[in-house]
Amino acid sequence: MRGITRTRPVGPVRSPSEEHAAGWDKVCRVSQAAYRSSPAPEGPALNTPLAEALSVALLALVLACAVVRPFGWSEAVVAVPAAGLVLLTGAVSPADALAEAERLGPVVGFLAAVLVLAQLCDDEGLFRACGAWMARRAAGRPRRLLTQVFLAASAITAVLSLDATVVLLTPVVFATAARLGVRPKPHVYACTHLSNTASLLLPVSNLTNLLAFTVSGLTFTRFAALMALPWLAAIAVEYLVFRRFFATDLDAGADTPPTTEAPEPPLFALVTVGCTLVGFAVSSAIGVDPAWIACAGALVLAVRALIRRRVTPAGLLRSASVPFLAFVLALGIVVRAVVDNGLDDALGQVIPAGDSLPVLLALAALAALLANLINNLPAVLVLLPLTVPSGPGAVLAVLLGVNIGPNLTYAGSLATLLWRRIVHSHDTEVNLREFTRLGVYTVPLGLGAAVTALWASLAVVGGG
Amino acid sequence: MAVVVWIVEGTWPACVDAARAHAPEDAEIVLLHVTPTEVPGAAHGAFAGLLGRGHPERDPGNRVESLATASGERLLRSAGARLGRPGTRVERTGRVEREVVAAAEHADLLVLARDGDRTHLGPHSLGPASRFVVDHAPCPVLLVWPEPSPGLATLPPPPTA
Repeated sequence: MRGITRTRPVGPVRSPSEEHAAGWDKVCRVSQAAYRSSPAPEGPALNTPLAEALSVALLALVLACAVVRPFGWSEAVVAVPAAGLVLLTGAVSPADALAEAERLGPVVGFLAAVLVLAQLCDDEGLFRACGAWMARRAAGRPRRLLTQVFLAASAITAVLSLDATVVLLTPVVFATAARLGVRPKPHVYACTHLSNTASLLLPVSNLTNLLAFTVSGLTFTRFAALMALPWLAAIAVEYLVFRRFFATDLDAGADTPPTTEAPEPPLFALVTVGCTLVGFAVSSAIGVDPAWIACAGALVLAVRALIRRRVTPAGLLRSASVPFLAFVLALGIVVRAVVDNGLDDALGQVIPAGDSLPVLLALAALAALLANLINNLPAVLVLLPLTVPSGPGAVLAVLLGVNIGPNLTYAGSLATLLWRRIVHSHDTEVNLREFTRLGVYTVPLGLGAAVTALWASLAVVGGG
Repeated sequence: MAVVVWIVEGTWPACVDAARAHAPEDAEIVLLHVTPTEVPGAAHGAFAGLLGRGHPERDPGNRVESLATASGERLLRSAGARLGRPGTRVERTGRVEREVVAAAEHADLLVLARDGDRTHLGPHSLGPASRFVVDHAPCPVLLVWPEPSPGLATLPPPPTA
């Protein structure tokens, strides 16, 4: 109902004895405050069912246009007016929209910094050097190359985000495999799978993590400490499945004798990224927003690239993907309208509360399912406000689901998949059966292992 | 006589050697390489999964496609050099196993390598693509070992009972 401040936590109310850590209650209240609706101003506003119908229709339109990209439009072209419309019609109050924008602003800034950082690392030759290093270490053996690809893709995804692995590392991995005369399929598929699975470790690894991190009440280091074990468990499952699944391609051998030339590592980029990582840990200890550290890291590389005339200011702005940042903000506001106008009541019934192992498993499975239907970005936006009251364990379980889940469907979601099938109906872009079979082996196993590892981490590290 | 030699990364030298040894002098030799669409396809798909990123020109699948074409051509050149006699180089793109069967339609012989598990000889001796090609080949098939073939000592003992 509009006009009533929502203070009721979603899901069953927890008794004080369930609060597992001292001080957690405060964090929980702070986090919940981010999602609490403000009283609506006096005057005519849409009634809730109508507002919900409008919000859902707009969300569907925004997502459909993001998938289809009509006329090659940027995704923001539809998303930003849609956010304006939910605001104008009163489906979301200006105060709520402002709160959402204030919450998402730092996330978007953080994301921009990481995108620029990754692009500048590429300009510095980090990914080329990575390819040379993999070729050298692989010594002409496909199974060793797979190990190198797993190490590189896991590290790059964790530190420079999944975008870096998908856009920048994948072509390098293909080129490396081709140069060695190794069958490229297992190595390229490893990149696509790890861009999801290996994006669990740090808040910067995935946009979904950044969104969850800001409302979880966790510090940067505690987030990493809780996710380290799930990250390792999920990658280990992928590795074991890949070695069996692609046994034929990995046994086929290589044509070219291994190269002996030692790659020259781009020291400046490596040191900058290393310092940025240390900065993340230090900043969270002294209470500085880690987004500033990411900006500082990007700035150091940007200044160097500008001085050396390797990049133009316009090029820098392009790598920050401003329309994408606008899209994230607008999507956040539209999802907020959908959640506040009734989805929270509807989904609140089915979302379990607590952080016992069965609850965490159920949450992760639900998140994976939702991510596979539409996409993990709207899925995490919808699920976060409903799971924040249950504490960081529940939030991280949702993250495991939305990050690992997309490996089940080629192209990350059923909606995108269907659209690509329609567009590419006349050719066989990908062997869907094989891709899905690989997902069926890795996702449930990886999710189970990661959630169990999270549960253990929560017991050891503590969520508070 | 037309002989199609299927060139695949990792196992192709043995196939070229077999063609040299077994194809008659006057045979027309076709060196065939198929670039699978699913490898660039996986890169396209991963990029499509990144909702809202825009920049279709950054799609890594396009880059992988051009790299794959270049890599296929390089492979065929190496195979041609190893063959050491006139031959036609054919590059196809698509579902590997289906393209190979289609390319062998008017051939008199198809040469391919065993590419399955070479440590445990048995039903898994052929990978899925080779299995399909062997099953559906429209011509006689010459199946060769990518390395010296194993001796009789590797035969498992006959089943008792």
